[in-house]
Amino acid sequence: MWKWLHPYAKTEKAYQLCSSLSPWFWTGAIICLLIGTVWGLAFAPSDYQQGDSFRIIYIHVPAAILSMSTYVAMAVAALVGIVWQWRTAFMSMIALAPVGALMTFIALFTGAAWGKPMWGAWWVWDARLTSELILLFLYFGVMALYSAFDDKQQAGKAAGVMALVGVVNIPIIHYSVEWWNTLHQGATISKFDKPSIAPEMLWPLLINLLGFALFIGAVTVVRLQNEIVRRELHRPWVQQLACSKLDANLEHNDAV
Amino acid sequence: MSGLVGNNLTCYKQDRCLFQNLSIRLQPGELVHLTGPNGAGKSSLIRILVGLSTPDRGNVKCDGMYTTDPAFAKNILFIGHKAGLNGLLSAEENLTYWCAQHGLNVTGKTIHNTLEMMNLVGLEAVPIKYLSAGQQRRVALARLSLKPATYWILDEPFTSLDTDGIAMMEVALANHVSNNGAVIITSHQSLSGRAGPYRTEQLDYQL
Amino acid sequence: MSELYNGIIKRDLKLAFRQKSELMQPLMFLLIVVTLFPLGIGPGPDTLQRIGPGVIWIAAILSSLLGMERLFRDDFADGSLEQMQLSGLPLYQIALCKIVTHWLISFMPLLMLSPLLALFLNLTLSMYLALIVTLLLGTPIISLIGAIAVGLTTGLQRGSLLLALLLIPVFIPLLIFATSAVESAAMQLPYGPQIAIIAAIMLLALALSPFAVSYALKVSQN
Repeated sequence: MWKWLHPYAKTEKAYQLCSSLSPWFWTGAIICLLIGTVWGLAFAPSDYQQGDSFRIIYIHVPAAILSMSTYVAMAVAALVGIVWQWRTAFMSMIALAPVGALMTFIALFTGAAWGKPMWGAWWVWDARLTSELILLFLYFGVMALYSAFDDKQQAGKAAGVMALVGVVNIPIIHYSVEWWNTLHQGATISKFDKPSIAPEMLWPLLINLLGFALFIGAVTVVRLQNEIVRRELHRPWVQQLACSKLDANLEHNDAV
Repeated sequence: MSGLVGNNLTCYKQDRCLFQNLSIRLQPGELVHLTGPNGAGKSSLIRILVGLSTPDRGNVKCDGMYTTDPAFAKNILFIGHKAGLNGLLSAEENLTYWCAQHGLNVTGKTIHNTLEMMNLVGLEAVPIKYLSAGQQRRVALARLSLKPATYWILDEPFTSLDTDGIAMMEVALANHVSNNGAVIITSHQSLSGRAGPYRTEQLDYQL
Repeated sequence: MSELYNGIIKRDLKLAFRQKSELMQPLMFLLIVVTLFPLGIGPGPDTLQRIGPGVIWIAAILSSLLGMERLFRDDFADGSLEQMQLSGLPLYQIALCKIVTHWLISFMPLLMLSPLLALFLNLTLSMYLALIVTLLLGTPIISLIGAIAVGLTTGLQRGSLLLALLLIPVFIPLLIFATSAVESAAMQLPYGPQIAIIAAIMLLALALSPFAVSYALKVSQN
């Protein structure tokens, strides 16, 4: 495992890995999102209580679940970077941050939109929504700290420490907010043994969850590539890469 | 291996490589003058050698101890760009607290004598911020005679010193080296004959 | 030990008393913010009693952010921190000493001011007792976690607003449990669980924060 992983600490190898992963992520994401969303929005049966408005869970629930997981992934990347001093680990952490923030925002937005027909208000201080809001603040903190440094290497380490502080705090925040409030419906998806959701509703949800995860992977991989290229512009391998891309473009133009 | 040794040091700043696989060795009885243009990484190298920053690759050992060893600092004395003096405290207070931090058993009398030696008579109790830049530098350099360390690592110690001060410093360097001490120093002006024989290490600007 | 006490704690205390105005300003800010609430919401004794604990805690968190930078800013800027790092003392112990002195000089006065705040906001005696316990156990968390963020931002020129952005979300659980304890006291309910949780968070922060601070300071020095 270790021997297999170690070469990717080098930026060049990481870039190549990203290049080979990226098409798989994109294809998988598009297929899953198409199937899951169309199935969920058009074919899944509607809820007997909430009618068609429940269908927003096909967006809301995956985004909410993955917003938390993305933060944890960031913290894992930060820990790897701090312990083994990998530059690429910090780079992938910072590549993940805005994607995670976007997921959190989607979860908040769809949660609010769901709240309107359910509770009659756009914003209700419900425990889960509040946790998501605080999570969004944590993402903002990490991103703001990263952009405040001129030396991006230092920035990565600093933002990494903040991500770790945040990840220790997430469970505490989660339970404190739960303590503070009791409005939300019970957890729907984690009860696999006795599902409170019908299987024909669950399947599109799971497919969309996978689709969202692949989408996050795809965007992160592209962002990581950009970050690597931006930071290593002066390195020979990046310049070679740029030249080869340029040549390919020129040939393409000539052919046309 | 005795001496202060940097092995295969590599340092990146702002994603620019300052130096790669650089090895440097400082042995007791040696005076090393580290030169190079601005931005070549002299200060970064100095900070790596004392353990303030960690190199991206490579390591630093002093008499066989790594920088992370708590005993590493006992034999090292670093004076950097920043004087390390608090403006609200007087010269005497600054040095007293500094000695306490470094675990040095120094009486007030010794500190007084040291300040007198540095031509700071009458300024012992004045808050540092009211002293001139050269006087502040003298207070910072007074540490050299307070801590019995073999390795002196000095980053631009002559900044804002007058000619007398520079002469005094150079004599102090020569004395330290003849007492089997070791000095590594960066400065833009070259050392005069008073400092005794020295070795020059050149650091080049890399793209 | 004597190195830490004579070299760091005594030095920091002396420095704090050399600049008393910087010590006083966050306290005055706290007092003024607390005064704003009755003016903005209305002086009804019941309303004040209901919002009181939250107001005091929010004001305490905000005012603590004002003086927080002082923890490492000056020592970093003038190079004293470099010299401390090279003194052979473990950096986490230095950090812990600085955190302890910071707590003493910025939160002890706040504790002394708290009876006045309780009077302003019409807290009952049992509420006040709960408030004191939460402040005693909770404010060290602010110092401990705040020190990490200060350590990270100390090399930046414009760090103070960023500091608030980083820290306020992290202090939310503290705010929730502390105010909930005082509210329970108001309703004559036991508030042991909340206090226990605050104490647990404090111990967790005490165990981890010095190491995080020392890493943060090393990053800043790099």
